[in-house]
Amino acid sequence: MFSAFHSNKSLQLVIGLGIGFIFGFLLQKGNVAEYDVIVGQLLFRDFTVVKIMVTAMVTGMIGVHGLRSLGLAQLHPKHGSLGMTLVGGLIFGVGFAVLGYCPGTIAAAVGQGKMDACVGGLTGIIFGAGLYAHAFPYLSRTILPRGDFGAQTFPELFRVNPWVIIVPLAVALVGLLYWLERAGL
Amino acid sequence: MLTFLTLTEWSPYAVGIGIGLLSCVAFVLSDKPIGCSTAFARTSGMLEELVRGRGKLLDMAYYRQFVPEIDWEWMLVLGVVLGACASALLSGEFRVEWVPSLWAATFGSELLPRLVTAFCGGIIMGFGARWAGGCTSGHGISGTLQLAVSGWLAVVAFFAGGGLTASIIYSLGG
Repeated sequence: MFSAFHSNKSLQLVIGLGIGFIFGFLLQKGNVAEYDVIVGQLLFRDFTVVKIMVTAMVTGMIGVHGLRSLGLAQLHPKHGSLGMTLVGGLIFGVGFAVLGYCPGTIAAAVGQGKMDACVGGLTGIIFGAGLYAHAFPYLSRTILPRGDFGAQTFPELFRVNPWVIIVPLAVALVGLLYWLERAGL
Repeated sequence: MLTFLTLTEWSPYAVGIGIGLLSCVAFVLSDKPIGCSTAFARTSGMLEELVRGRGKLLDMAYYRQFVPEIDWEWMLVLGVVLGACASALLSGEFRVEWVPSLWAATFGSELLPRLVTAFCGGIIMGFGARWAGGCTSGHGISGTLQLAVSGWLAVVAFFAGGGLTASIIYSLGG
C-alpha cells in the first residue's frame, strides 16, 4: 500500500534524512556518541551500549514482525556466510575497539564536536571502505563464499512461526536487562 | 513542556525503545532497515570518482553493486550528524573535544597518537564493515530484530573481536 511512496526517490531522501535526524538525536541522548561509553562497554565496565541495543532489538523485533503480520512491512534479511559475516565481523570488532566508535555512532560523535571522530575516524572509515572495494574481487573468489547460509532468518531455518522464537527470546533479553540492573551494572 | 529535549541524558531503555520504534517507521515508510556503513562505501566511491572518473569506477564490481551516489542511507547518516548536533546543542553538551578522557587517562592527552589510532581503527572498521556486509546498526540492530542469521552472527563477532581488542589495548596501557 506504500509502494508509490517507496518509489518516490526525492521523498525517500527526505525521509532518510528525517529518520537519521531522530536516530542521531537518540544516540546522543543515550550517551553512545562517546568514546568512553563505547570502549567502556567493550571492557565490560559500562553496559549502556548493551542496554540500548537489547531494548531496541526487543522493541523492533515485536514491532516489525507485528507490522509484517498486518501486511505493512517486509523483511530484508542480509545474505551471509561464515567467510563474510564471521571473518568480516571479527575485523570490524578490532577496528571498533581501536577507533572507539562504530559507523553510526561516529556520525553522532561528529555532530557533538568530537574531533578525533571527525578528523581521524571518519577519514579512516572512508579509506577502509574504499580499500575493501578494491579487495572485493579477490575476496569474493576466495573467502567470502565459505560457509554460505544465504539470506535466512532463524524462523525460516527452523521452519517455525516467527513468534515461537520472538516470545521466548524477548523474555530472555528482558531477563538479561533485569539481571544487569540487579547486578548494579 | 519540552524540557526533556534539553536533558543531557535519557534512560538507555527509553533510547532503545525509541530506536526500536524508529526501525519500525523505517520499514513502513521506506521499506528499508536502518543501516549506516554503505554510506561510507558510497562516499569513498564518490571521492575516488573525482580522481579516476566514473567509467573506471564502474568497471569495479563493487561499485556496480553499491553505486557511488547519495541515497537513502547516505541521507540517514547525514541526519545522524545533524540530529546529534541538535541534541547536544539543546543540552549544552556540544563542545569541541580532540582526545576522549578514557584515552587521555591511559595514554595521555597528546593529540597525534589519538588521531593516528582513530585513523587506523577507522580503516580496519571500514574494511571490516563492508567485508561483513553491515555494521552495528545494519547487522547489530536491524539484522537481529529481523531474526536474521547474519545479524546475530555478526553482532557476536563484533563484540568478540571488539572485547578482545579493547582488553589488549587497555592492558598494554596499564
